Amino acid sequence: MIAPCLQLAWRYVARHRLQTLLLAGALALVTALPLCLRVLVQATEVAMQDRAISTPQLLGARGSALDLVLTALYFKRQPLPAIPMHHLAEIRAAKLGDCIPLDVRFHAQEAPIIGTEIEYFRFRGLNLASGTMMTRLGDCVMGARLASQHGLKPGDAIFSTQEQVFDLAGVYPLKMRITGVLAANGSPDDDAVFVDLKTTWLISGLAHGHDEVATTRDAVLKQEDGNTVANASVRMYNEVTEKNLGTFHFHGDNGEYPLSAIVIVPKDAKAEALLAGRYLKDKSPVQLIRPREEFEKLMSTLFEMQTLALGVLTVTLGAALAIAALVFALSFRLRQREFATLGDLGISPGALILTKSFEVGIIGGAGLVMAGVITLLVQINAHAWVRLMLA
Amino acid sequence: MLSGLRMPGISVTDLQFAYPGSPFRLRVQELEVAEGSSLALLGPSGAGKTTLLRLMSGLVEPEKGTVKLGDQTLTGMSETQRRAFRLSQIGLIFQDFALLDYLTVEENILLPQRFRGTRTVSPAGLELAERLGIRPHWNKLASRLSQGERQRVAIARALAHQPRFLFADEPTASLDAARREIVMDLLLDYTREHQACLVMVTHDTDVIPRFPQQARVEDFTS
Repeated sequence: MIAPCLQLAWRYVARHRLQTLLLAGALALVTALPLCLRVLVQATEVAMQDRAISTPQLLGARGSALDLVLTALYFKRQPLPAIPMHHLAEIRAAKLGDCIPLDVRFHAQEAPIIGTEIEYFRFRGLNLASGTMMTRLGDCVMGARLASQHGLKPGDAIFSTQEQVFDLAGVYPLKMRITGVLAANGSPDDDAVFVDLKTTWLISGLAHGHDEVATTRDAVLKQEDGNTVANASVRMYNEVTEKNLGTFHFHGDNGEYPLSAIVIVPKDAKAEALLAGRYLKDKSPVQLIRPREEFEKLMSTLFEMQTLALGVLTVTLGAALAIAALVFALSFRLRQREFATLGDLGISPGALILTKSFEVGIIGGAGLVMAGVITLLVQINAHAWVRLMLA
Repeated sequence: MLSGLRMPGISVTDLQFAYPGSPFRLRVQELEVAEGSSLALLGPSGAGKTTLLRLMSGLVEPEKGTVKLGDQTLTGMSETQRRAFRLSQIGLIFQDFALLDYLTVEENILLPQRFRGTRTVSPAGLELAERLGIRPHWNKLASRLSQGERQRVAIARALAHQPRFLFADEPTASLDAARREIVMDLLLDYTREHQACLVMVTHDTDVIPRFPQQARVEDFTS
């Protein structure tokens, strides 16, 4: 009895392909959504977890700790005030651990430019896939994915993006020489441009290079108190070359130069506690945070949202199943004549129930298979999508 | 059995039926159709021809009386037994053909037999399809057939499992004269060759004379 019932159900479903596809698709979506949500949250957790755990402490401007974590760890540019450079010198002087400065304020082709020191690459376990590390001002090293996306290689150049169109201080895009491309490590580092800290200050206008004013007499506007004021004819360099490297110089007190954050790796637990205590004061303009704790807070919020979303989706699933049941009931009612004919021909009520069950089963099964495929696709791509989301 | 005497194939005795709340009443004192013979049920629309046909084929249970098909008393059977009997021994041709639009011609013809475990149409069934002119449409969906083609498929479905009892509700209504003759020849030949019984509801004055037995349903109603 099973074979003819199954054949009858299959033929009906196959003949009404569009209706079947719509119903199965609707069931698939409402079933797959909660599963996909879980997969994405898990992928987010995995993507963010490693970096947060491997960064013991982070010093940055007082304010949102989450903004600080997003800026320093994931290079998500947040409206974060800078902290002065002298904090770096102070922590280093205290000899409580290693410090890595970060300046995450500028962009090149939508990718973040990370001003840092060579120590950062050792700390994150980043290795060169090709080329060499940056050796002088204006050099940069590209993240693997960014380089491959834009087809960039050592020897090419990349321009920093002008952050403000109307910048009266004259911060122009800087043409940077690519000296190396990093090997991929599946983190936000793959999507970043790394430069020496001084290069980010150069981009910000704190340093510059130009024609020698002393030898270009026509360029001097006036001399006052030992200072030479030049006119607009003096050529400002937007690229550091071997030839003009010597003309670049910094202005102002370098202790006040800006940093976005400082990654601190305390030498032991005592040093970690001492450092934490040092920046506890409410009135301090800086804060010291443990990224792991901030990550856990973020994840707990994310899980609460996930629970809420799952609740809503479960109700939606229930409603969808109720609608599907109604659709089946109405369809069977519309086909009452057909089932009566089958009964008249001598086909038993049990066989008719089995035929209807097979129809429901085929459509429900198709919905589940589609939900499985959707979830699998999300699972396969979750890592990449989360990385894009975090980039 | 005495030689020369024809055994009753269908025998209706003292049958009574009424629809609940309706003044319509059907009373059949005695009605017999011999094996290898055929009966035409005649009467105006609404007279109860289809109701009588359904009572005789066991699709509707009477209030009183007996319906015997061969040596089986239909009125004494349970619903399950009646269904099994219909599936194996009875061929039904419905007024509206009752084909399943999502099945092909072949699948429609094979439908009752599939539920009895048969997977393919018998050579006799194929020959029948040939005679009815539906072989060229074998793999066509029923929904794509003309009215006449649908009717012929319904006839083929009723005959394909070689039933002993045939009940047909106006099977020639949608057919042209030539096709009508083919179908009538087929039904009457089948009845004769297989010693089956045919009960057919018809309004068609051209086919009525071909039936050895005729009954006016208004004689049974009040």
